[in-house]
Amino acid sequence: MITMKHVHKSYRIAKRNAGFGEAWKSFFHRKYETIHALNDVSFTIRDGEMVGYIGPNGAGKSSTIKILSGILTPDDGTVLVDGKVPYKNRIEHVSRIGVVFGQRSQLWWDVPVIDSFELLKDIYRIPDSQYKENLEELTELLNLGELVRSPARQLSLGQRMRCEIAASLLHQPRILFLDEPTIGLDAVSKLAVRDFILKQNKIHGTTVLLTTHDMQDIEALASRIILIGKGRILMDGGLEDIKKGNRDIDETVAELYRSYDI
Amino acid sequence: MKKYISFFRLRFSMGLQYRTAALAGIATQFFWGFMELMMFRAFYQADSAAFPMSMSATASYVWLQQAFLAFFAVWMMDNEIFDSIVNGNIAYELCRPVSIYTMWFARNIANRLSRAVLRCFPILAVAALIPHPYGIGAPADAGHFVLFLITLILGLAVTVSFCMLVYMLAFFTISPQGLRILFTSAVEFLAGAIVPIPFLPDKIGRVLELLPFASMQNVALRIYSGSMDTDAMRQAVLLQVFWLAAVTAAGRLLCKAAERQVTVQGG
Repeated sequence: MITMKHVHKSYRIAKRNAGFGEAWKSFFHRKYETIHALNDVSFTIRDGEMVGYIGPNGAGKSSTIKILSGILTPDDGTVLVDGKVPYKNRIEHVSRIGVVFGQRSQLWWDVPVIDSFELLKDIYRIPDSQYKENLEELTELLNLGELVRSPARQLSLGQRMRCEIAASLLHQPRILFLDEPTIGLDAVSKLAVRDFILKQNKIHGTTVLLTTHDMQDIEALASRIILIGKGRILMDGGLEDIKKGNRDIDETVAELYRSYDI
Repeated sequence: MKKYISFFRLRFSMGLQYRTAALAGIATQFFWGFMELMMFRAFYQADSAAFPMSMSATASYVWLQQAFLAFFAVWMMDNEIFDSIVNGNIAYELCRPVSIYTMWFARNIANRLSRAVLRCFPILAVAALIPHPYGIGAPADAGHFVLFLITLILGLAVTVSFCMLVYMLAFFTISPQGLRILFTSAVEFLAGAIVPIPFLPDKIGRVLELLPFASMQNVALRIYSGSMDTDAMRQAVLLQVFWLAAVTAAGRLLCKAAERQVTVQGG
């Protein structure tokens, strides 16, 4: 169970206009703006739920994921994941969750992927038998096969992404945070990843919180959608709630963004 | 503990695969060693009595320094660590159930050890063949040799714990460049990497001996050739242990503060 209550998070950003004169001016007098990435965010996610977390660029999606995974500390509010505060005891918290950041890499660049997996096995203290079982399952479902024997740097984005997802799931986390997991994937890989996430949820009851700009992801995966814009939760409901008639999902969401003026 | 050891193993085996870099390193270190010895030779020929160490002790110092450069060169910091702080990949490291400090410490030790293992033996072997007093001499005696090995490892640990301070400070400064330049140039001089500490004026030398920088390469390289007396050795080893504990504690504190207020850059 995940609860966020009245969570605030703001960043201070130095801003200036273009040009040398402006750069010179800001050297002596810098103007800061406070950006409220999260402004009174509250929601609850029950065990085994699959939630799509959507919103335009800069809405606060990644900030939420980072707070939930214990990386960032909120300015205000209460956050509980399985009854514990994520940023209070980071090490204990992160051993029970899995995180995928679509834009970043966790695999060690210069060594075969399987070496990274072996290391993760030790880091998460996964017992031998469980590791073998999980690895076999992941290899089959994500179609890794020979991939794991090549160095991460020589994989294509989609191939690497599948390995990244496998790496985040080796320790069988009960909660999975996915921050744009299908970014840059080809159609086949996308389908494989979606299929895989669905299976994880069905077989292991994994709770999934997923951010994406790919609305087909949401359509395929999420039974519930939370919409965030300018740091506020604007809508929390099912896919049916936003769908009108036979319109395409992308249009529906664009319409939704427009109606909230975000 | 096991996770840090396997982390160490991975980094160590990773470091061993860069063969060309090792060959280039060996060539550079030879060249550098020769240049330094030529310079010292000129000084010694002018007046060898004016120096606190014999020519052959100085030659051993220089060759050991070149052989174990990867142990003690503060400028060999881990760029991946700085990159991960600057571009936000640190996010993934924070998502793992490991202490950032211990993990990076293990990683740095592994990097330095793997580099040194590839480089030290050819350099030592050739330096041993160079005629006296310009080659590396035998250690003063067996006791000195054992103490040399111990202080070598302690020195490596002090060097890494010092680098850890710089990594941690990078969390607070956005760009690590300034810190790196400042720290590496200061440390190079204060640790005796440019000129051995005994060659500096007495008063300055006595102060430097007490600073953490003298606990890096200075102790091991001087003990090897027997140019420290028993009291000085005892004091040096105690100082090494003290500084290792102090600098590591400071680094861990900084790490805690950094984790609390970390901003993950770039979305």
